Amino acid sequence: MCDSCGCSQPDNIVTIRRAGQEVSGSGSADHHHAQHHHHDRSSQGRVVEVREAVLGKNDGIAAHNRDFFRQRRVVALNLVSSPGSGKTTILERTIRELRGEIPMAVIEGDQQTMLDAERIEATGVEVVQVNTGAGCHLDAEMVHQALHQMDLAANSLLFIENVGNLVCPAMFDLGEAAKVVIISVTEGEDKPLKYPAMFDAASLCLINKTDLLPHVDFEVARCREYALRVNPRLEFFELSARTGEGLPAWLNWLRSRI
Amino acid sequence: MHEMSLAVNIVELVSSKARAAGATKITAIELEVGKLSGLMPEALAFCFEAAARDTLAQGARLEIREVEGGGRCLDCGHAFVLDSLLSQCPQCGGYAVETVQGRELKVVSLTIDEE
Repeated sequence: MCDSCGCSQPDNIVTIRRAGQEVSGSGSADHHHAQHHHHDRSSQGRVVEVREAVLGKNDGIAAHNRDFFRQRRVVALNLVSSPGSGKTTILERTIRELRGEIPMAVIEGDQQTMLDAERIEATGVEVVQVNTGAGCHLDAEMVHQALHQMDLAANSLLFIENVGNLVCPAMFDLGEAAKVVIISVTEGEDKPLKYPAMFDAASLCLINKTDLLPHVDFEVARCREYALRVNPRLEFFELSARTGEGLPAWLNWLRSRI
Repeated sequence: MHEMSLAVNIVELVSSKARAAGATKITAIELEVGKLSGLMPEALAFCFEAAARDTLAQGARLEIREVEGGGRCLDCGHAFVLDSLLSQCPQCGGYAVETVQGRELKVVSLTIDEE
């Protein structure tokens, strides 16, 4: 209510609004709220008001990354999914299809190994691998560090392949233009209901491995319906990175972003 | 297990605020956690204890205040309490619901000891 003056707190409060902007609540002599001392916490130490997002630092670095992408006219896409949905295969195929047409680069995120970076490198585009160790997601600082090792072309695509994990990467903004969530038909169509945060955070959903549909009990329509319950704005493409079926719509979507 | 990196972020944030305020110790941290933030308060508290070791925040009490989820139906405009990201509009039954509140994850205040 009156959080700018600190009247609801003990009288020795320091109000800190944002980093570098300190507003002292106790010293303002012309305040007439002195009678409001109903929160008797003064014996427990001094209360310092913070009111800052826990991920504020990450979000600040993400904003910095986003500015860089905007200036350089780089379209950065954050690819998220469970392990094994085919993120890297989709990237390999996409790069082979668009090479020579659009400049592309990749940041690969995995807990361990250079395996995915090696697969991408074989396609001939620039790639930086981020190994998170025990970390379950990429964060904006990791991407920032990776960007310092890259030389991105103007009007290009940057694919950021996140750690395979359908939970944690949803919370961490990397500065991307959009999150692309990938689900494969071998996973079960109820994934959007079980892991709603990721489908909520994404703008586009790729349903991969459609060549396997005759062999699995995956109903594409139901998967879409579930995902739309979580995120009514979500767009979809169904494709098979292995056979190339459905790929043109995804490629056209990428072309339209440049 | 992103609770661990969130706990580390909390410890970094509160430590720098506490240092700026001349604290010798942080005794309590008041947090606002949205019910739709996807965070488990118990897991966060557990990770916090580990992340706070050997910092100004070691032993600090975590006061977690949960924030109710709020939704607005994109079809009929009805505003209501949102229990999950999958909720239907109670007025028209639609699923096109926008989350307007409940994703918060914020440090509200600290209680500190001074020299």
